[in-house]
Amino acid sequence: MKTFLKPLLKPFAAFFEGHAKAHYRLERHSLGLTAAIIVAAGIGGFIEIAPLFTIDETVEAAPDMRLYTPLEQAGRDIYIREGCYACHSQMIRALRDEVERYGPYSLAAESQYDHPMLWGSKRTGPDLARLGEKYSDDWHVRHLVDPRALVPESVMPHYAFLLDAGLDVESLPDRLAALRAVGVPYSDEMIASASADAIGQALPDTDRADGVFDRYGEETAVRLFDGSADRVSEMDALVAYLQVLGRLTDLPAQIQPVPEG
Amino acid sequence: MISSLTQAERGAAMLITLAGMVAGLAMAAAGQGDPMGAHGWIVLLFFALFFGLLARAAYGSDELEDRSLAYYDDPTKVGILLSLAWAVIAMGMGVWVAAQLAWPDLRFDAAWSGFGRLRPVHTSGVIFGFGGNALIATSFHIMQRTSRARMPGQVAPWFVLFGFNLFCLIAASGYLMGVTQSKEYAEPEWYADIWLVVVWVVYFTLYIRTLARRREPHIYVANWYYLAFILVVAVLHIVNNLAVPASWTGAKSYSAFSGVQDAMTQWWYGHNAVAFFLTSGFLGMLYYFLPKRAERPIYSYRLSILSFWGITFFYIWAGSHHLHYTALPHWVQTLGMTFSVMLLVPSWASAGNALMTLNGAWHKVRDDATLRFMMVAAVFYGLSTFEGSFMAIRPVNGLSHYTEWTIGHVHAGAMGWVALITFGSIYALVPGLWRRETMYSWKAVEWHFWIALAGTVIYVFAMWNSGIIQGLMWRTYGESGTLRYSFTDSLVAMHPYYVARAFGGLLFVTGAIIGAWNVVMTIRHVPRQVPERDHPTTSETMEPALPAAE
Repeated sequence: MKTFLKPLLKPFAAFFEGHAKAHYRLERHSLGLTAAIIVAAGIGGFIEIAPLFTIDETVEAAPDMRLYTPLEQAGRDIYIREGCYACHSQMIRALRDEVERYGPYSLAAESQYDHPMLWGSKRTGPDLARLGEKYSDDWHVRHLVDPRALVPESVMPHYAFLLDAGLDVESLPDRLAALRAVGVPYSDEMIASASADAIGQALPDTDRADGVFDRYGEETAVRLFDGSADRVSEMDALVAYLQVLGRLTDLPAQIQPVPEG
Repeated sequence: MISSLTQAERGAAMLITLAGMVAGLAMAAAGQGDPMGAHGWIVLLFFALFFGLLARAAYGSDELEDRSLAYYDDPTKVGILLSLAWAVIAMGMGVWVAAQLAWPDLRFDAAWSGFGRLRPVHTSGVIFGFGGNALIATSFHIMQRTSRARMPGQVAPWFVLFGFNLFCLIAASGYLMGVTQSKEYAEPEWYADIWLVVVWVVYFTLYIRTLARRREPHIYVANWYYLAFILVVAVLHIVNNLAVPASWTGAKSYSAFSGVQDAMTQWWYGHNAVAFFLTSGFLGMLYYFLPKRAERPIYSYRLSILSFWGITFFYIWAGSHHLHYTALPHWVQTLGMTFSVMLLVPSWASAGNALMTLNGAWHKVRDDATLRFMMVAAVFYGLSTFEGSFMAIRPVNGLSHYTEWTIGHVHAGAMGWVALITFGSIYALVPGLWRRETMYSWKAVEWHFWIALAGTVIYVFAMWNSGIIQGLMWRTYGESGTLRYSFTDSLVAMHPYYVARAFGGLLFVTGAIIGAWNVVMTIRHVPRQVPERDHPTTSETMEPALPAAE
């Protein structure tokens, strides 16, 4: 056994011998060590990340994909602010039980305008990738105000304060402009009218609401999300965002026909 | 402490604090009505406090010591105390958020006290506040001893230590106000990120300058790990936090990356925060304090080389195992899985090297709780790296991902490995550092050890069980071929485990409180004793940095 293994292990032994000797010299030079660490640690990240930007198939083409409206983006920012991602994923994996529980598995295209992505890492609560229009606006508002009134077993914190908080629409043009700077194709017009569009989307049957349809498409949900026409609340924004989750493109349903039965 | 600074050093420190006050004022003025404004006030008050202390002592007497005769340990002392304070706060925060999952109304009726906002206070507080301060403090200690040279200057170490704590403070207070990028373990917003880069550059130059003054031809292995920690964390931090602020007068920014590229960048960062913050740096601690305490040389020099470069090279590839079965291209998932499995070799080489070092000193492990902390830490390191490699295998991950099992795995590493090696190192370090005969109470160290171990075991078992139950319930089919359990069913099944987990965490933080109390009592009540050999010399025989190999 030994005579058989020895020649096999020889190259490895020679490698480690050489490695140890080289290291014995290297460890006398702090800057040499610095350079070696950066090179050794740099290779893996570069090989795994750089091609994701250059290989076209990484993100599917979704021509029908629309952008978040200013109100939905504002809702997304609230979702981030409250740390919803800590308990809810937005990434349905390509596993049978997940597809049956939540819907078609998530595609890279769906989050291509998500800066940052909110795929999540933990499901203390269920996945939300296909939450949009699954429940009514009223259900969402009542659930966010008092989760245990609707789902007695729930451990979700309540977000009643969102109803009383007026939405900051002033900062929306800046926010959309920053998003354009990182690659989301908002037009000048969308940025200029971001504040008005945010108000319009939560106030149906007004002139401002028409602007939302013009810029973001006829399918856009324009409703009194929080049930009140008094003012645009943070609740309006968050519910508008929750109602659009999984509905920016039809691509997942097209390439994953719903299984029979 | 200010009295040991020269007039020039006091002047430089005052200039820095003045610049900090101006920056804070500018932030407060520009960020009115935004959380950034509140952060401006925190920055202003933080620097004003130090400016005041310096100004009061500006022309005061000085007790300048002969700097060639002693190491500079004041920053290490303050760093250890800060680390313990963060440990109690952040672990306490962990118990609170754990309790909220068991009893969701256990909170104030206010926005800041929701799980989503408190959770990063716990994670950042433990990783950066407790872990980061311990790493900075021990690195200052170790780099001087193993180089047998004093740190250059007396301003830079304070800048690194307090600058880092300012970052932690901005991070934690920001989460409560809802300031977050949502990137796990990289939540702080753009201005905090820029500040950390400044602090980190000074930290790196301080380390390199100390190494340049060394009176040893070779750089000891602990320093390789600390260097890797400083360097790679800098690269990870800068790349993952690239973002465009929505405005210069507000906290909100948008990541430069989106979707799948962002997911990969984030978990490249996230997993290597585990690798280079929570592993590399703490292995540096292990490689110094364990042989020192056991009075045995490191078992194998070659094994330490192998494991060091193995960890540095392999770990970087492993991040994509957080994204199995997702929209991340399959080839990247496979690379991540492969390297995660290979990672077991250098990880176990390190753990084995540590345990073999104890050969001939096992009676000390039995009698000395401090050394036992380190031994058990090495065991947990071996266990959790095995578990990590196992969970990175795609089908296993299919079950474990998104469940409590991940939380159990993280805490086996964070409590069993990171916290235990840190507490062991602190107990080994404190008496000598403060020139005390011994720790105030050895019984308290024993108590801390057993409480911490019990807490860890309860926590980890609760999360293993709950995670596997959760994963199985999500994928169980009934006889009719439909999913058997609703999501709510799985949530109800978690309740007893959430209670057990909160209890395990409570035990662990109790141990930390005992430890902090013991350290304070040591400083206040134990008689002084100056160790014979703890000063920079040129002679190895006068002061061996570590036990030499026979």
